[in-house]
Amino acid sequence: MKKLTVNILLNLLCVILGIIIVAPLAWILLNSLKTNQELFKDSLALPNVWQFGNYVKAWNLGLYRYFGNSLLVSLISLTGILVTSSFLAYGLTRFRAKGSNIIFIIVLGGMALSEQVALVPLYKILRALKIYDTYAAVILPYIAFRIPFTVFLMRAYFISIPAELEEAAVVDGYNSLQIFTKIIIPISKPIFASCAIVNLNFVWNEFLFANVFLNNKALQTIPIGLMTFKGDLKIDYTTTLAGLMIASAPLILLFICMSRQFVRGLTSGAVKG
Amino acid sequence: MGIDNYKRLFSDQVFPIMLKNNIAYCVISLIVQVGFGTVLALILESSTIGDRFKSFFRNLYYIPALISLTAVGLMFTFIYEPNIGFINNLLRAFELPTYGWLGDSKLAIYCVIAMSQWQFTGYITLLMVVAFQNVPQDYLEAAAIDGAGPIRRAISIMIPQAKEQLLVCTIITVIGAFKLYTEVYATTGGGPGNSSQVMGLFLYQQAFLHDDLGMAAVTGVFIFAITVTLSIIQIRVTRSGQD
Repeated sequence: MKKLTVNILLNLLCVILGIIIVAPLAWILLNSLKTNQELFKDSLALPNVWQFGNYVKAWNLGLYRYFGNSLLVSLISLTGILVTSSFLAYGLTRFRAKGSNIIFIIVLGGMALSEQVALVPLYKILRALKIYDTYAAVILPYIAFRIPFTVFLMRAYFISIPAELEEAAVVDGYNSLQIFTKIIIPISKPIFASCAIVNLNFVWNEFLFANVFLNNKALQTIPIGLMTFKGDLKIDYTTTLAGLMIASAPLILLFICMSRQFVRGLTSGAVKG
Repeated sequence: MGIDNYKRLFSDQVFPIMLKNNIAYCVISLIVQVGFGTVLALILESSTIGDRFKSFFRNLYYIPALISLTAVGLMFTFIYEPNIGFINNLLRAFELPTYGWLGDSKLAIYCVIAMSQWQFTGYITLLMVVAFQNVPQDYLEAAAIDGAGPIRRAISIMIPQAKEQLLVCTIITVIGAFKLYTEVYATTGGGPGNSSQVMGLFLYQQAFLHDDLGMAAVTGVFIFAITVTLSIIQIRVTRSGQD
């Protein structure tokens, strides 16, 4: 009897927490489909006519440009992060080169360095290199800042792969690069998926660097774009809300599609971004 | 010259306010995100929640962490808005007193902190769930045979086995609390007055609004010193508990 009560209470707790998580998002979604008058009259009521036009308006008012920039920056950064980190992590786990421990310590040290501390020096470096206010001004720092954590995750996974697999491939005459691309990558899909989501989450949502290193409106990514967007629209609240929903949707949808692989990759030896 | 900048920072009247705000954020995040988030992970991994709902709730709680800090910040400026906002409308519907939330200098920083708890508790929960899933099943079964109840198993087996992950979560939460920037920028901008000012935002404003790179650099070093010191202390404390 007591066990049943505890059971019900814990289940109830989970449901209540679920409501707390969903309610603000549902309220934003609801009001993004109203007219501004309806929003001001009663923000809890349903709209008379669902205003899907708000989404079209938000998209055409400039969100598409921020979206495109984010897509471009994210794809290039993500590719850079995954390629360099997987090579480095594989090398660190398989080759006993002189100083490989030092390399690993430097990489781990990179995790302790926060963006804030590097902000002013990086700003000066980017200016000196004349790439301030270009896509490269955010892409290069993103790659550099994400390598440590990604290497950390991938290394743990690669260590767990039994060496017999590779020994067989050596007998078949594969070189290291072939072993890596033909054997290691296919069986490491879960960790690649986890690293991709964790890093995409960072790059897609990054604000500090993008805010400081990109001045030109035409180059801004979504997080900065949203601030500009809200400033431009001022009292057109419902369109702003529609823009917020558009900006948030891609990662949520991607996560829903990939959540199983994501969790599996994390379970196989990992922590947090 | 360099020392001067430190003197200016420590004697600035905003300094104690932002130090207090960063510490409040840190303490509350540790209690809610790491503390409660871990308990929630234990509940989700216990047998009380049906198998199908386990992953449903876990994924649901994780969703806010996927939304950008800016988007969440802007969403909550609407949710906290005194006239049309969600919370005040809800309070009015139940005929309860309403507040100014982000516009109230006493409440502003706590509104920002509450928003972060909403966003990141599910994140820590997911990470702890992952760690708990890696606890060998035989340990738990053996303990169950010896008569250990669910709470006993959680305290004596699951948490010690997931200690590394717990440490990582704690360190990252603490470091995140002292790096705090976007959440405040997108909601209050440090206001009203300087009541919700935090070190990260202060650094940015000094460097890029007031052209005071000296002050910004000194603030950056100060943040770095705090985060590194806290990380070392935490690692030491956990290590010494080990043997």
